[in-house]
Amino acid sequence: MNVTTEQGKKPANENELLQELAPRLLKLLSGMDRVELENFEMEIGDLELWLQQGSLVPAIPPQPSRPTTLFSEGFIPPQESYPGKVQEVTIGATRSDGGTRRTTVTCGGSSAPPFTFFDHPPPHQLPIALDVFDTHIPMPKTLKENLAGVMDDPADWAKLNVQKFGADVVTIHLLSTDPLIADTSPKVAAATVENILQAVDVPLIIGGCGDPKKDTAVFTKVAEVAEGERLVLNSVTLDMVESKNLEAVAAAAKLHNHVVLAFTGLELNNAKELNRRLYEFLPPDQIVMDLTTAALGYGLEYSYTIYERARHAALMGDRELQHPVISASTNAWAAREAWLQMDPIYGPKEFRGPLWETVTALTLVLAGVDMFMMMHPAAVRTIREVVQALSLAPSSTPATLRDWTIMRS
Amino acid sequence: MRKNIREISPIDVYKLLPRTNCKECGESNCMAFATKLVNSEKNIEDCSPLFWSENAALYAQLKELLAPPITAVMFGTGENAVKIGGKHVVYRHELTYHNPPPIFIDIDDLTKEEELEQKVRAVNTFSYNYIGRNLILNGLALRCTSGDPAVFAATAEKVANLTSLPLILCSFDLRVMEAGLVKVNNRRPLIYAATQENWMGMADLALKYQCPLVVAVPQDIGLLRSIVKTLKAFGLTDLVLDPGTAYDHGLARTIYTFSSIRWAGCRGEDELLGYPLLASPISVWTESEISREIMAWNEACLAAMLISRYADLLIMHSLEGWVLLPQLIWRFNLYTDPRKPVSVEPGLRTFGTPHRDSPVLLTSNYALTYFTVESDLKSANVDCYLIVVDTAGISVESAVAGRYLTAEKVASALKDSGVGEMVNHTFLILPGLAARISGESEETTSWHILVGPRDSSGLPKYLKEHWPPKGEE
Repeated sequence: MNVTTEQGKKPANENELLQELAPRLLKLLSGMDRVELENFEMEIGDLELWLQQGSLVPAIPPQPSRPTTLFSEGFIPPQESYPGKVQEVTIGATRSDGGTRRTTVTCGGSSAPPFTFFDHPPPHQLPIALDVFDTHIPMPKTLKENLAGVMDDPADWAKLNVQKFGADVVTIHLLSTDPLIADTSPKVAAATVENILQAVDVPLIIGGCGDPKKDTAVFTKVAEVAEGERLVLNSVTLDMVESKNLEAVAAAAKLHNHVVLAFTGLELNNAKELNRRLYEFLPPDQIVMDLTTAALGYGLEYSYTIYERARHAALMGDRELQHPVISASTNAWAAREAWLQMDPIYGPKEFRGPLWETVTALTLVLAGVDMFMMMHPAAVRTIREVVQALSLAPSSTPATLRDWTIMRS
Repeated sequence: MRKNIREISPIDVYKLLPRTNCKECGESNCMAFATKLVNSEKNIEDCSPLFWSENAALYAQLKELLAPPITAVMFGTGENAVKIGGKHVVYRHELTYHNPPPIFIDIDDLTKEEELEQKVRAVNTFSYNYIGRNLILNGLALRCTSGDPAVFAATAEKVANLTSLPLILCSFDLRVMEAGLVKVNNRRPLIYAATQENWMGMADLALKYQCPLVVAVPQDIGLLRSIVKTLKAFGLTDLVLDPGTAYDHGLARTIYTFSSIRWAGCRGEDELLGYPLLASPISVWTESEISREIMAWNEACLAAMLISRYADLLIMHSLEGWVLLPQLIWRFNLYTDPRKPVSVEPGLRTFGTPHRDSPVLLTSNYALTYFTVESDLKSANVDCYLIVVDTAGISVESAVAGRYLTAEKVASALKDSGVGEMVNHTFLILPGLAARISGESEETTSWHILVGPRDSSGLPKYLKEHWPPKGEE
């Protein structure tokens, strides 16, 4: 081939040759649909060379015929269905069911990931339990100031939780039973529970002290005196398996009609293992799980992912994880950002603390938690409002959103 | 159909590598690199031979194979430029989430000069030190409340001069938008937004000024897809979706809409929805009847939920530290690698240059506990020894309750640390939350056990008051 540039020079290399040739070829080819070559031979090597360098040819920019009207597309929401479903568990029992409660709560029952698909709203309003302690524990001022006058009397405290803060359930933590604190006897602990059963008519969660042997003694006694109330015994653990105490607690729950809360530390295999042990004594609708709630900033992401994985596995058919999950968002108060006096730029701790608990709980609402154990009234109020808002039929007409771009600050 | 990242095997990737086994990526061979690449533990860019010209085709194919179903969009310039989207999965446990959502703070063009400077400076300098990282805000969203293109343009120019952070220009008015773009298009701002009404004009501006464009359709995914398809046909590739953000009555629809879009984009491979999602918690401030504190509170709740629920970018109004702190921390946490162990290696750590009279402290090997203690000791410039006990990665309080931290564990950890040889005292400071085992620990260790503060933020004060220990030796 013999090509010269416009200046009459021979191209120095392939690139120059191409730059020279390409526009002329393009001009020649413009308006053509097809080119046929006759008597044409080409080595495969040449072909490769041509293709590699082809990017240097100024391509004819594809002139998209720009649309002048909108396409009309629509949207069909993803249709997902899951083989598994979370067990429903009812906490508390009314007179007709062998207890003395005026109200009960039912949680669980999910058949799809939480708040993900329009056609799968949550089956139940998420209940909230508020904490009561039977002994003095160190507590941030922001929490204490709501509890003035009741902290010495668990029954009064329980009443305040129900009447003023709208608790659906009350948790009584029998911390004084701890052999290293006051070593209160199971009998005295049971009396505390009876007092609270008299004082309020909502279901109760019974919290132990964490010592497997003592908790077993306390739980079996409480289970007996509160026969038929469908209390939640909080909690049974793998430590109880190891110390051979699990059977006594589970059998008492079965005999006296209560629910057990299976507690494990951020480890699904342990949660499954513990449930397998419990199935030897209890039907699935008497088991709920606590997979551990770490505070925002102190491992919440581990809790978030464990709760998401548990729910996903349950929906995919893992029967050993098809139990309602409970979270103690009270743990958020362990975060120093919740109670520490910080640089003024981070605002008053009276806002930061309750928000810390709120954000910890909101995050786990989205991970599928079925019930919360909480502390601060503002956090309780917000979780209740959000859960109610989320339960509004999302398929109703879209809200007319106000334009934030032009609002006056 | 394209393979999702979870379905791609290391062999698929290995086939597209140059297979030089050059180790420049830091791996022992190309197969090891391929495995890391599939797990998102390495980037394509770590393989330098891929950038040799003869490997251009491999590079392109590999890029295509590993491309996320949610497109990544970049805007801003320089080291503060942001990359949003680029998501592969809906669940964090499927793979690590990538590209934490930047948080932009709004500023409107009727803001007075002095206040404007103050606000921009506040955004520039906002920073919270969290376990050794500085958590920051990422940019400014300029709104046009004046309705006047000239005022908006002047504000855009002013703000651009005051910050090197990226900008979002917010107006549905084409004249206003162009006036702003003329001034700051060299900063490659994000254009907010194309709507059902103005899409054609905004698309022209996005092409003319080479900036990415948000498509805003409040809570109507069908219409959103229609506009995206039209804009793609128009020649636009860098798009961001705003499906509308609302609290109260609009909250359910907001959460369900964000979720549906992300599931359709990731799982359903719906290319029209495979773009980053913009959330605007700022919208709570359009309420006029409620107090500022409640609006700030609502904004905090909405932002936190949307950080969990697939927002790739957020526009917020509140500059209150108590509102922003939970967002910055949660964003950081959510975007960490879920495969990272919860624990740190047990053993003896030293801080500063401890000598024979320095204190000996003890804590759990739960990562968050350890890093918190570490950061407190470092920032207080304390010279000391810290024994990290193997508590199965559980925090001090839970470990004591669950018998993972016992007097026996304390004794064996103390012995194994060898710290007894390094100091000439026998005082061990336990965390306040382990007070319950202090008595037993005196027996098992035959050391003097001191009970420290319940939170390590109290350590500097505690050591000042209680170290060296008085009386007993």
